[in-house]
Amino acid sequence: MLFVGMIVAGVAVAAGLVIAAMGENMLYFYSPSQIRAGEAPSGPSIRVGGLVVEGSVRRGEGLEVSFTLTDGAETVDVRYAGILPDLFREGQGIVASGVLEAGGGRLRAEEVLAKHDENYMPPEVAEAMEMARQGGKMVPPHGARQ
Amino acid sequence: MWAFLHRFASPPHFYRLSGRMAPWLGWACLGTMLGGLYGGLVAAPPDYQQGESYRIIFVHVPSAWMSLFIYVVMAGASAVALVWRMKLAEVVAVASAPVGASFTFLALVTGSLWGKPMWGTYWVWDARLTSELILLFLYFGVIGLHSAIEDRRTASRAAGLFAIIGVVNIPIIHFSVEWWSTLHQGPTVTKLSAPSIHLSMLVPLLLMAVAFKLFYVTVLLMRARCEVLERERNAGWVRALIAREGSE
Repeated sequence: MLFVGMIVAGVAVAAGLVIAAMGENMLYFYSPSQIRAGEAPSGPSIRVGGLVVEGSVRRGEGLEVSFTLTDGAETVDVRYAGILPDLFREGQGIVASGVLEAGGGRLRAEEVLAKHDENYMPPEVAEAMEMARQGGKMVPPHGARQ
Repeated sequence: MWAFLHRFASPPHFYRLSGRMAPWLGWACLGTMLGGLYGGLVAAPPDYQQGESYRIIFVHVPSAWMSLFIYVVMAGASAVALVWRMKLAEVVAVASAPVGASFTFLALVTGSLWGKPMWGTYWVWDARLTSELILLFLYFGVIGLHSAIEDRRTASRAAGLFAIIGVVNIPIIHFSVEWWSTLHQGPTVTKLSAPSIHLSMLVPLLLMAVAFKLFYVTVLLMRARCEVLERERNAGWVRALIAREGSE
Protein backbone atom coordinates (compact mmCIF):
# COMPACT_ATOMS: atom_id res chain seq x y z
CA MET A 1 0.00 0.00 0.00
CA LEU A 2 2.85 2.36 0.89
CA PHE A 3 4.47 1.52 -2.44
CA VAL A 4 1.31 2.33 -4.42
CA GLY A 5 0.75 5.50 -2.40
CA MET A 6 4.30 6.65 -3.07
CA ILE A 7 3.93 6.06 -6.79
CA VAL A 8 0.72 8.11 -6.94
CA ALA A 9 2.23 10.90 -4.82
CA GLY A 10 5.42 10.94 -6.92
CA VAL A 11 3.59 11.07 -10.22
CA ALA A 12 1.21 13.75 -8.91
CA VAL A 13 4.16 15.94 -7.89
CA ALA A 14 5.83 15.39 -11.27
CA ALA A 15 2.62 16.26 -13.12
CA GLY A 16 2.15 19.36 -10.97
CA LEU A 17 5.68 20.55 -11.77
CA VAL A 18 5.19 19.92 -15.49
CA ILE A 19 1.91 21.87 -15.46
CA ALA A 20 3.51 24.73 -13.55
CA ALA A 21 6.44 24.76 -15.99
CA MET A 22 4.18 24.79 -19.02
CA GLY A 23 2.13 27.64 -17.54
CA GLU A 24 1.25 30.07 -20.30
CA ASN A 25 1.87 27.53 -23.05
CA MET A 26 -1.23 25.65 -21.97
CA LEU A 27 -3.43 28.68 -22.63
CA TYR A 28 -5.44 28.21 -25.77
CA PHE A 29 -5.86 31.94 -26.42
CA TYR A 30 -4.81 35.40 -25.24
CA SER A 31 -7.30 37.95 -23.90
CA PRO A 32 -7.47 41.48 -25.37
CA SER A 33 -5.93 42.79 -22.12
CA GLN A 34 -2.91 40.52 -22.63
CA ILE A 35 -2.56 41.75 -26.22
CA ARG A 36 -2.67 45.38 -25.10
CA ALA A 37 -0.11 44.65 -22.39
CA GLY A 38 2.20 43.31 -25.09
CA GLU A 39 2.25 39.74 -23.75
CA ALA A 40 1.46 38.21 -27.15
CA PRO A 41 4.18 37.91 -29.83
CA SER A 42 3.54 39.98 -32.95
CA GLY A 43 5.38 37.71 -35.40
CA PRO A 44 3.84 34.21 -35.28
CA SER A 45 0.18 33.31 -35.47
CA ILE A 46 -1.69 33.70 -32.17
CA ARG A 47 -5.22 33.22 -30.89
CA VAL A 48 -7.33 35.91 -29.25
CA GLY A 49 -10.50 35.13 -27.30
CA GLY A 50 -13.23 37.50 -26.21
CA LEU A 51 -16.82 38.63 -26.67
CA VAL A 52 -17.90 40.29 -29.92
CA VAL A 53 -18.80 43.90 -29.03
CA GLU A 54 -22.45 44.71 -29.78
CA GLY A 55 -22.77 46.82 -32.91
CA SER A 56 -19.13 46.35 -33.95
CA VAL A 57 -19.69 43.81 -36.77
CA ARG A 58 -19.18 45.39 -40.19
CA ARG A 59 -19.48 43.38 -43.39
CA GLY A 60 -17.35 44.40 -46.36
CA GLU A 61 -17.09 43.01 -49.87
CA GLY A 62 -17.77 39.30 -50.22
CA LEU A 63 -16.84 37.46 -47.06
CA GLU A 64 -14.88 40.37 -45.59
CA VAL A 65 -15.95 41.11 -42.04
CA SER A 66 -14.50 43.15 -39.22
CA PHE A 67 -15.50 43.23 -35.58
CA THR A 68 -14.16 44.10 -32.14
CA LEU A 69 -13.39 41.62 -29.36
CA THR A 70 -13.53 42.61 -25.70
CA ASP A 71 -12.78 40.97 -22.36
CA GLY A 72 -14.58 43.72 -20.44
CA ALA A 73 -11.43 45.79 -19.93
CA GLU A 74 -9.65 46.08 -23.30
CA THR A 75 -10.61 45.58 -26.95
CA VAL A 76 -8.92 44.22 -30.07
CA ASP A 77 -10.10 44.81 -33.65
CA VAL A 78 -10.29 41.75 -35.87
CA ARG A 79 -10.44 41.59 -39.68
CA TYR A 80 -11.42 38.30 -41.27
CA ALA A 81 -12.34 36.97 -44.71
CA GLY A 82 -14.07 33.60 -44.58
CA ILE A 83 -17.05 31.65 -43.39
CA LEU A 84 -18.13 32.36 -39.84
CA PRO A 85 -19.47 29.56 -37.59
CA ASP A 86 -23.22 29.33 -36.93
CA LEU A 87 -22.89 30.61 -33.40
CA PHE A 88 -21.09 33.81 -34.46
CA ARG A 89 -23.16 36.78 -33.33
CA GLU A 90 -22.77 39.98 -31.36
CA GLY A 91 -22.19 39.34 -27.66
CA GLN A 92 -20.91 35.80 -28.41
CA GLY A 93 -17.61 34.40 -27.22
CA ILE A 94 -15.17 34.00 -30.12
CA VAL A 95 -11.64 32.69 -30.60
CA ALA A 96 -9.89 34.24 -33.61
CA SER A 97 -6.48 33.02 -34.75
CA GLY A 98 -4.17 35.04 -36.95
CA VAL A 99 -1.30 37.48 -37.00
CA LEU A 100 -1.16 40.79 -35.16
CA GLU A 101 -0.68 43.67 -37.60
CA ALA A 102 2.28 45.98 -37.06
CA GLY A 103 1.58 48.44 -34.27
CA GLY A 104 -0.59 45.88 -32.50
CA GLY A 105 -4.22 46.21 -31.61
CA ARG A 106 -5.51 44.72 -34.85
CA LEU A 107 -5.63 41.02 -35.70
CA ARG A 108 -5.64 39.73 -39.25
CA ALA A 109 -7.58 36.49 -38.63
CA GLU A 110 -7.24 33.29 -40.65
CA GLU A 111 -9.76 31.35 -38.61
CA VAL A 112 -12.69 32.32 -36.40
CA LEU A 113 -14.14 29.78 -33.95
CA ALA A 114 -17.23 30.28 -31.79
CA LYS A 115 -17.08 29.50 -28.11
CA HIS A 116 -20.37 28.80 -26.37
CA ASP A 117 -21.11 28.93 -22.66
CA GLU A 118 -22.18 26.10 -20.37
CA ASN A 119 -25.84 27.21 -20.20
CA TYR A 120 -28.56 25.15 -21.83
CA MET A 121 -32.21 26.24 -21.73
CA PRO A 122 -35.33 26.38 -23.92
CA PRO A 123 -35.74 29.56 -26.04
CA GLU A 124 -38.81 30.61 -24.02
CA VAL A 125 -36.80 30.58 -20.79
CA ALA A 126 -34.03 32.62 -22.41
CA GLU A 127 -36.64 35.13 -23.63
CA ALA A 128 -38.24 35.34 -20.20
CA MET A 129 -34.82 35.94 -18.63
CA GLU A 130 -34.04 38.63 -21.18
CA MET A 131 -37.39 40.31 -20.46
CA ALA A 132 -36.74 40.20 -16.72
CA ARG A 133 -33.26 41.59 -17.29
CA GLN A 134 -34.49 44.52 -19.36
CA GLY A 135 -37.47 45.16 -17.06
CA GLY A 136 -35.46 45.06 -13.85
CA LYS A 137 -33.72 48.23 -12.75
CA MET A 138 -30.93 46.45 -10.90
CA VAL A 139 -29.15 45.17 -13.98
CA PRO A 140 -27.79 47.66 -16.54
CA PRO A 141 -28.36 46.91 -20.24
CA HIS A 142 -25.81 44.70 -21.98
CA GLY A 143 -22.55 46.45 -22.74
CA ALA A 144 -23.27 49.41 -20.48
CA ARG A 145 -20.10 48.87 -18.50
CA GLN A 146 -17.78 49.45 -21.43
CA MET B 1 -17.82 -8.29 6.91
CA TRP B 2 -14.43 -9.56 5.75
CA ALA B 3 -15.71 -13.10 5.63
CA PHE B 4 -18.59 -11.97 3.44
CA LEU B 5 -16.27 -10.00 1.16
CA HIS B 6 -13.98 -12.98 0.81
CA ARG B 7 -16.86 -15.25 -0.01
CA PHE B 8 -18.23 -12.78 -2.57
CA ALA B 9 -14.85 -12.28 -4.17
CA SER B 10 -14.16 -15.99 -4.51
CA PRO B 11 -14.33 -16.80 -8.23
CA PRO B 12 -17.06 -19.52 -8.12
CA HIS B 13 -19.35 -17.38 -6.00
CA PHE B 14 -18.77 -14.34 -8.18
CA TYR B 15 -19.45 -16.42 -11.29
CA ARG B 16 -22.79 -17.65 -9.92
CA LEU B 17 -23.96 -14.29 -8.59
CA SER B 18 -22.93 -12.25 -11.64
CA GLY B 19 -24.69 -14.72 -13.92
CA ARG B 20 -27.92 -14.03 -12.06
CA MET B 21 -27.42 -10.24 -11.92
CA ALA B 22 -26.30 -9.47 -15.47
CA PRO B 23 -29.67 -9.98 -17.26
CA TRP B 24 -31.51 -7.77 -14.76
CA LEU B 25 -28.95 -5.00 -15.09
CA GLY B 26 -29.13 -5.32 -18.86
CA TRP B 27 -32.89 -4.86 -18.90
CA ALA B 28 -32.65 -1.93 -16.46
CA CYS B 29 -30.06 -0.37 -18.79
CA LEU B 30 -32.35 -0.80 -21.80
CA GLY B 31 -35.27 0.74 -19.92
CA THR B 32 -33.42 3.83 -18.69
CA MET B 33 -31.73 4.30 -22.06
CA LEU B 34 -35.04 4.23 -23.95
CA GLY B 35 -36.48 6.67 -21.40
CA GLY B 36 -33.44 8.94 -21.63
CA LEU B 37 -33.38 8.88 -25.43
CA TYR B 38 -37.09 9.71 -25.63
CA GLY B 39 -36.68 12.49 -23.08
CA GLY B 40 -33.61 13.89 -24.80
CA LEU B 41 -34.50 13.55 -28.48
CA VAL B 42 -38.28 14.05 -28.37
CA ALA B 43 -39.53 15.56 -25.11
CA ALA B 44 -36.75 18.08 -24.32
CA PRO B 45 -37.09 21.54 -25.90
CA PRO B 46 -34.45 22.90 -28.32
CA ASP B 47 -31.65 25.05 -26.88
CA TYR B 48 -31.94 28.86 -27.00
CA GLN B 49 -28.60 29.20 -28.82
CA GLN B 50 -27.76 25.88 -30.44
CA GLY B 51 -31.26 24.84 -31.52
CA GLU B 52 -31.59 21.12 -32.17
CA SER B 53 -27.85 20.48 -32.56
CA TYR B 54 -27.29 20.46 -28.81
CA ARG B 55 -29.11 17.11 -28.52
CA ILE B 56 -25.85 15.25 -29.07
CA ILE B 57 -25.15 16.28 -25.45
CA PHE B 58 -27.26 13.28 -24.34
CA VAL B 59 -24.61 10.93 -25.73
CA HIS B 60 -21.49 13.09 -25.53
CA VAL B 61 -21.61 14.14 -21.88
CA PRO B 62 -22.55 10.72 -20.37
CA SER B 63 -19.77 9.11 -22.49
CA ALA B 64 -17.24 11.64 -21.25
CA TRP B 65 -18.32 11.08 -17.64
CA MET B 66 -18.03 7.31 -18.14
CA SER B 67 -14.55 7.64 -19.66
CA LEU B 68 -13.36 9.28 -16.42
CA PHE B 69 -15.45 7.09 -14.09
CA ILE B 70 -14.27 3.80 -15.61
CA TYR B 71 -10.64 4.93 -15.48
CA VAL B 72 -10.98 5.67 -11.75
CA VAL B 73 -12.65 2.27 -11.18
CA MET B 74 -9.90 0.56 -13.18
CA ALA B 75 -7.10 2.33 -11.29
CA GLY B 76 -8.85 1.69 -7.96
CA ALA B 77 -9.25 -2.01 -8.74
CA SER B 78 -5.61 -2.14 -9.82
CA ALA B 79 -4.53 -0.60 -6.51
CA VAL B 80 -6.63 -3.14 -4.57
CA ALA B 81 -5.12 -5.94 -6.67
CA LEU B 82 -1.58 -4.71 -6.05
CA VAL B 83 -2.02 -4.17 -2.32
CA TRP B 84 -4.18 -7.13 -1.29
CA ARG B 85 -3.39 -9.52 -4.16
CA MET B 86 -7.10 -9.92 -4.82
CA LYS B 87 -7.80 -11.93 -7.97
CA LEU B 88 -11.23 -10.49 -8.62
CA ALA B 89 -9.88 -6.92 -8.52
CA GLU B 90 -7.38 -7.84 -11.26
CA VAL B 91 -10.23 -9.23 -13.33
CA VAL B 92 -12.32 -6.06 -12.84
CA ALA B 93 -9.40 -3.86 -13.92
CA VAL B 94 -8.67 -5.93 -17.03
CA ALA B 95 -12.34 -6.17 -18.00
CA SER B 96 -12.89 -2.41 -17.56
CA ALA B 97 -10.17 -1.14 -19.89
CA PRO B 98 -11.78 -1.84 -23.30
CA VAL B 99 -15.17 -0.50 -22.10
CA GLY B 100 -13.53 2.70 -20.87
CA ALA B 101 -11.56 3.07 -24.10
CA SER B 102 -14.81 2.72 -26.08
CA PHE B 103 -16.54 5.44 -24.06
CA THR B 104 -13.52 7.73 -24.45
CA PHE B 105 -13.58 7.17 -28.20
CA LEU B 106 -17.33 7.85 -28.27
CA ALA B 107 -16.86 11.08 -26.28
CA LEU B 108 -14.12 12.25 -28.68
CA VAL B 109 -16.11 11.41 -31.83
CA THR B 110 -19.41 12.91 -30.65
CA GLY B 111 -17.57 15.98 -29.38
CA SER B 112 -15.88 16.37 -32.74
CA LEU B 113 -19.22 16.07 -34.58
CA TRP B 114 -20.68 18.66 -32.20
CA GLY B 115 -17.70 20.97 -32.58
CA LYS B 116 -17.94 21.36 -36.34
CA PRO B 117 -21.35 23.10 -36.54
CA MET B 118 -21.04 25.00 -33.23
CA TRP B 119 -17.39 26.00 -32.89
CA GLY B 120 -16.57 25.80 -36.58
CA THR B 121 -13.93 23.05 -36.28
CA TYR B 122 -13.73 19.30 -35.70
CA TRP B 123 -10.67 19.52 -33.52
CA VAL B 124 -8.51 22.02 -31.67
CA TRP B 125 -5.53 21.33 -29.45
CA ASP B 126 -6.94 22.96 -26.35
CA ALA B 127 -6.30 21.56 -22.88
CA ARG B 128 -9.65 19.73 -22.53
CA LEU B 129 -9.58 17.97 -25.89
CA THR B 130 -5.89 17.11 -25.67
CA SER B 131 -6.13 15.66 -22.14
CA GLU B 132 -9.14 13.55 -23.18
CA LEU B 133 -7.14 12.23 -26.15
CA ILE B 134 -4.29 11.36 -23.75
CA LEU B 135 -6.86 9.41 -21.71
CA LEU B 136 -7.63 7.30 -24.79
CA PHE B 137 -3.90 6.59 -25.21
CA LEU B 138 -3.67 5.66 -21.51
CA TYR B 139 -6.44 3.10 -22.02
CA PHE B 140 -4.59 1.77 -25.09
CA GLY B 141 -1.43 1.58 -22.98
CA VAL B 142 -3.17 -0.46 -20.27
CA ILE B 143 -4.74 -2.82 -22.83
CA GLY B 144 -1.52 -3.16 -24.79
CA LEU B 145 0.67 -3.75 -21.76
CA HIS B 146 -1.72 -6.37 -20.46
CA SER B 147 -1.82 -8.32 -23.69
CA ALA B 148 1.96 -8.03 -24.23
CA ILE B 149 2.79 -10.15 -21.17
CA GLU B 150 2.11 -13.88 -21.28
CA ASP B 151 1.51 -14.61 -17.59
CA ARG B 152 -1.86 -13.18 -16.59
CA ARG B 153 -0.95 -12.21 -13.05
CA THR B 154 2.30 -10.48 -14.06
CA ALA B 155 0.43 -8.76 -16.87
CA SER B 156 -2.21 -7.51 -14.43
CA ARG B 157 0.43 -6.14 -12.08
CA ALA B 158 2.26 -4.26 -14.85
CA ALA B 159 -0.90 -2.89 -16.46
CA GLY B 160 -2.28 -2.02 -13.02
CA LEU B 161 0.80 -0.01 -12.13
CA PHE B 162 0.52 1.83 -15.44
CA ALA B 163 -3.19 2.53 -14.78
CA ILE B 164 -2.42 3.93 -11.33
CA ILE B 165 0.23 6.27 -12.70
CA GLY B 166 -2.18 7.52 -15.37
CA VAL B 167 -4.77 8.51 -12.79
CA VAL B 168 -3.13 11.97 -12.48
CA ASN B 169 -4.68 12.77 -15.87
CA ILE B 170 -8.22 12.52 -14.45
CA PRO B 171 -8.22 15.77 -12.40
CA ILE B 172 -6.35 17.45 -15.26
CA ILE B 173 -9.19 16.58 -17.65
CA HIS B 174 -11.87 17.73 -15.24
CA PHE B 175 -10.24 21.01 -14.25
CA SER B 176 -8.63 21.81 -17.62
CA VAL B 177 -11.52 24.12 -18.52
CA GLU B 178 -11.06 26.05 -15.27
CA TRP B 179 -7.25 26.20 -15.08
CA TRP B 180 -6.62 27.28 -18.65
CA SER B 181 -8.44 29.22 -21.33
CA THR B 182 -9.92 26.56 -23.59
CA LEU B 183 -12.32 26.50 -26.53
CA HIS B 184 -14.36 23.93 -24.62
CA GLN B 185 -16.79 25.59 -22.19
CA GLY B 186 -16.80 25.09 -18.43
CA PRO B 187 -18.73 22.40 -16.52
CA THR B 188 -22.54 22.54 -16.70
CA VAL B 189 -23.52 19.87 -14.17
CA THR B 190 -20.42 18.63 -12.32
CA LYS B 191 -19.74 21.71 -10.20
CA LEU B 192 -20.59 22.86 -6.69
CA SER B 193 -23.21 25.45 -7.70
CA ALA B 194 -26.57 24.53 -9.27
CA PRO B 195 -26.40 22.98 -12.78
CA SER B 196 -26.75 25.60 -15.52
CA ILE B 197 -29.05 23.45 -17.62
CA HIS B 198 -32.83 23.59 -17.65
CA LEU B 199 -34.60 20.82 -15.71
CA SER B 200 -36.34 19.54 -18.86
CA MET B 201 -32.87 18.82 -20.33
CA LEU B 202 -31.16 17.80 -17.08
CA VAL B 203 -33.55 14.91 -16.37
CA PRO B 204 -32.94 13.04 -19.66
CA LEU B 205 -29.21 13.79 -19.34
CA LEU B 206 -29.06 12.16 -15.92
CA LEU B 207 -31.24 9.26 -17.15
CA MET B 208 -28.73 8.67 -19.95
CA ALA B 209 -25.90 8.84 -17.41
CA VAL B 210 -27.61 6.15 -15.30
CA ALA B 211 -28.22 4.05 -18.44
CA PHE B 212 -24.52 4.27 -19.41
CA LYS B 213 -23.50 3.28 -15.87
CA LEU B 214 -25.82 0.24 -16.01
CA PHE B 215 -24.42 -0.63 -19.43
CA TYR B 216 -20.90 -0.53 -18.02
CA VAL B 217 -21.78 -2.73 -15.04
CA THR B 218 -23.58 -5.25 -17.28
CA VAL B 219 -20.74 -5.49 -19.77
CA LEU B 220 -18.18 -5.53 -16.95
CA LEU B 221 -19.89 -8.52 -15.30
CA MET B 222 -20.09 -10.42 -18.59
CA ARG B 223 -16.45 -9.72 -19.46
CA ALA B 224 -15.33 -10.54 -15.91
CA ARG B 225 -17.19 -13.89 -15.99
CA CYS B 226 -15.36 -14.81 -19.16
CA GLU B 227 -12.02 -13.72 -17.73
CA VAL B 228 -12.64 -15.66 -14.48
CA LEU B 229 -13.40 -18.84 -16.45
CA GLU B 230 -10.25 -18.48 -18.52
CA ARG B 231 -8.05 -17.86 -15.48
CA GLU B 232 -9.57 -20.67 -13.42
CA ARG B 233 -9.83 -23.16 -16.26
CA ASN B 234 -7.85 -25.76 -14.30
CA ALA B 235 -9.72 -25.24 -11.04
CA GLY B 236 -12.07 -27.91 -9.74
CA TRP B 237 -15.22 -25.76 -9.85
CA VAL B 238 -14.75 -24.90 -13.53
CA ARG B 239 -14.20 -28.58 -14.41
CA ALA B 240 -17.32 -29.45 -12.44
CA LEU B 241 -19.24 -26.69 -14.25
CA ILE B 242 -18.13 -27.93 -17.66
CA ALA B 243 -18.99 -31.51 -16.75
CA ARG B 244 -22.44 -30.44 -15.60
CA GLU B 245 -23.10 -28.27 -18.66
CA GLY B 246 -21.87 -31.04 -20.92
CA SER B 247 -24.15 -33.66 -19.42
CA GLU B 248 -27.25 -31.55 -19.79
